[in-house]
Amino acid sequence: MKILVPVKRVPDPATTIRVLPDGSGIATDNVKWVINPFDEIAIEEALRIKEKQGGEVVLVAVGQQTWQEQLRTGLAMGADRAILVRSEAALDTLAIARLLAKIAEEQKPDIIILGKQAIDDDSNQVGQMLAEMLGWPQATFASKVEFQDRKCTVVREVDGGLETVAFDLPAIVTTDLRLNEPRYASLPGIMKARKKELKEIPADSLGVDLTPKLKIKKLDPPPKRQAGRKVASVEELVQVLHNEAKVI
Amino acid sequence: MADVLRNVDFFNLDELLTPEERMTRDTVRQFVQREVLPVVERHFANETFPLDLVPRMAELGMFGANLKGYGCVGMNNVAYGLIMQELEAGDSGLRSFASVQSALSMYAIYAFGSEEQKNRYLPEMARGKLIGCFGLTEPDHGSDPGGMETRARRDGTGWVLNGTKRWITNGSLAGVAIVWARTDDKIAGFLVEKGTSGFTTRDIHGKFSMRASVTSELILEDVRVPDSARLPEARGLGGPLSCLTQARYGIAWGAIGAARTCYNCALDYTRSRRQFSRVLAGYQLVQSKLVRIMTEITKAQMVCLRLAQLKDAGRARPEHVSFAKRNNVAMALEAARLARDMLGANGIVNEYPVIRHMLNLETVNTYEGTFDVQTLILGRDITGENAFE
Repeated sequence: MKILVPVKRVPDPATTIRVLPDGSGIATDNVKWVINPFDEIAIEEALRIKEKQGGEVVLVAVGQQTWQEQLRTGLAMGADRAILVRSEAALDTLAIARLLAKIAEEQKPDIIILGKQAIDDDSNQVGQMLAEMLGWPQATFASKVEFQDRKCTVVREVDGGLETVAFDLPAIVTTDLRLNEPRYASLPGIMKARKKELKEIPADSLGVDLTPKLKIKKLDPPPKRQAGRKVASVEELVQVLHNEAKVI
Repeated sequence: MADVLRNVDFFNLDELLTPEERMTRDTVRQFVQREVLPVVERHFANETFPLDLVPRMAELGMFGANLKGYGCVGMNNVAYGLIMQELEAGDSGLRSFASVQSALSMYAIYAFGSEEQKNRYLPEMARGKLIGCFGLTEPDHGSDPGGMETRARRDGTGWVLNGTKRWITNGSLAGVAIVWARTDDKIAGFLVEKGTSGFTTRDIHGKFSMRASVTSELILEDVRVPDSARLPEARGLGGPLSCLTQARYGIAWGAIGAARTCYNCALDYTRSRRQFSRVLAGYQLVQSKLVRIMTEITKAQMVCLRLAQLKDAGRARPEHVSFAKRNNVAMALEAARLARDMLGANGIVNEYPVIRHMLNLETVNTYEGTFDVQTLILGRDITGENAFE
């Protein structure tokens, strides 16, 4: 099975994020960059599928030259090759979905697996847009993925429980947190990744409208949390929860 | 406590690492975070080594990582150093295991073994299926290994070994021991396999340091080995000493890891604990200690990076390695003691990793050439005067 895994580069979740004084973005000096954790889960799932039934795992990212590092990490985990669609400008989700659709038409994967969202902007849009553009079925928030011939069954995490859906390939699956625990890039894997193909394609060579439809006007850091308050007794607590917080 | 394994990188030294080196570091750090930290306090308390981690470490490629061929990964010395740094950020005992397996045992076979010995032992050791130990130190000969009393006597086509080795990391775990012994004309190295008649081990208990590591005595009573068990390329004391240089190199990096964990811990602790009117980190005395540790860690990182460059270029002298081992371990020990002090009473319990690192570093300060011996090596180098005897 040929599996395409789109990957995004994001700040390490453990990094303390500082918003620039003018609100135009975040301070990126000394930020550690990693593969979006949900995409890492997608890579892991793709590798497990390949280990079970053979095939090829192709990574694709849309970004700057520095994104090579995250693609190399994915190759070191075990992916076979990678494509970097080079764009110096930051693109919105629609442009990225269009570029990925182009790559999918060219690569003809059996399945595209990607994170349900990126942990930086939390958009949760690319997988769904991609499904619409390609006209493929989609299963978002996957916590279990199984195959039988050209049929795929996915257990989805939905509000209040689990939903099981079945569909034919080709298809889009977006990953949720509990799907798997990603492996580390082993040291032999890191050495092997050196020799794997990492192809660069300029974004503007794909004939796709990249005009942003979305403009980020301003970023604000979250407000400082208010200090808690001590109450003297259980009676007072219940009173406060009922009258002030109005939660009981 | 949030992420005690995080980087301390005041001078953006990360930029000087290649993506592969950073990836290697991240892999080992994740391994320590997920698989070592949850179990290490228990092992330290029980005086046991986490043997079940060995297959995982082997699978990730950590043993003999800077050796080429024979099933080893063949990374450069920066990557190797970073592996040691991250392991020791978890526990010095874990790094000791990796050092003894890689830099002492595997390196001895790699550098001084016959082709047959290399093919027989190195791939198994890289896979973690075979554990090695390195028998140089004796009960009465630590800093002066040249005075060793263990003898190897010719007996027909083979050899007969007699003597006692002490303070041997992994001694009773090892399937193969590299035993250094005096022959009629020089010191030679022998590969003695577990179960060989007359070869026994006894673990040393009652340690207050390196409790998550096995330390043993090797006892050799008329142990017969064939001549094919002798390391043919090791001639004299230079053999084992060059292995020690490899191990010291890893220790110099490892010490940074231990210091970093202590520093991160003290920084988090003093930034959240309030005494009198403010957090501890707001007091000048505390800031002075934190800045001192951060400065020393940064300097140690620079020494190690430069040392790694020289080593990769084949230009590192043993004295360079002595400089780094001496400086970095003393630095880490002081960092651990200061961090212990800043944590107050909480600094003496195993809820925090600091006291464990502090106790471990007392061993690191001593083994593979004490602080004072490194001082004499450097003193001899700059003055031309040998102050050893």
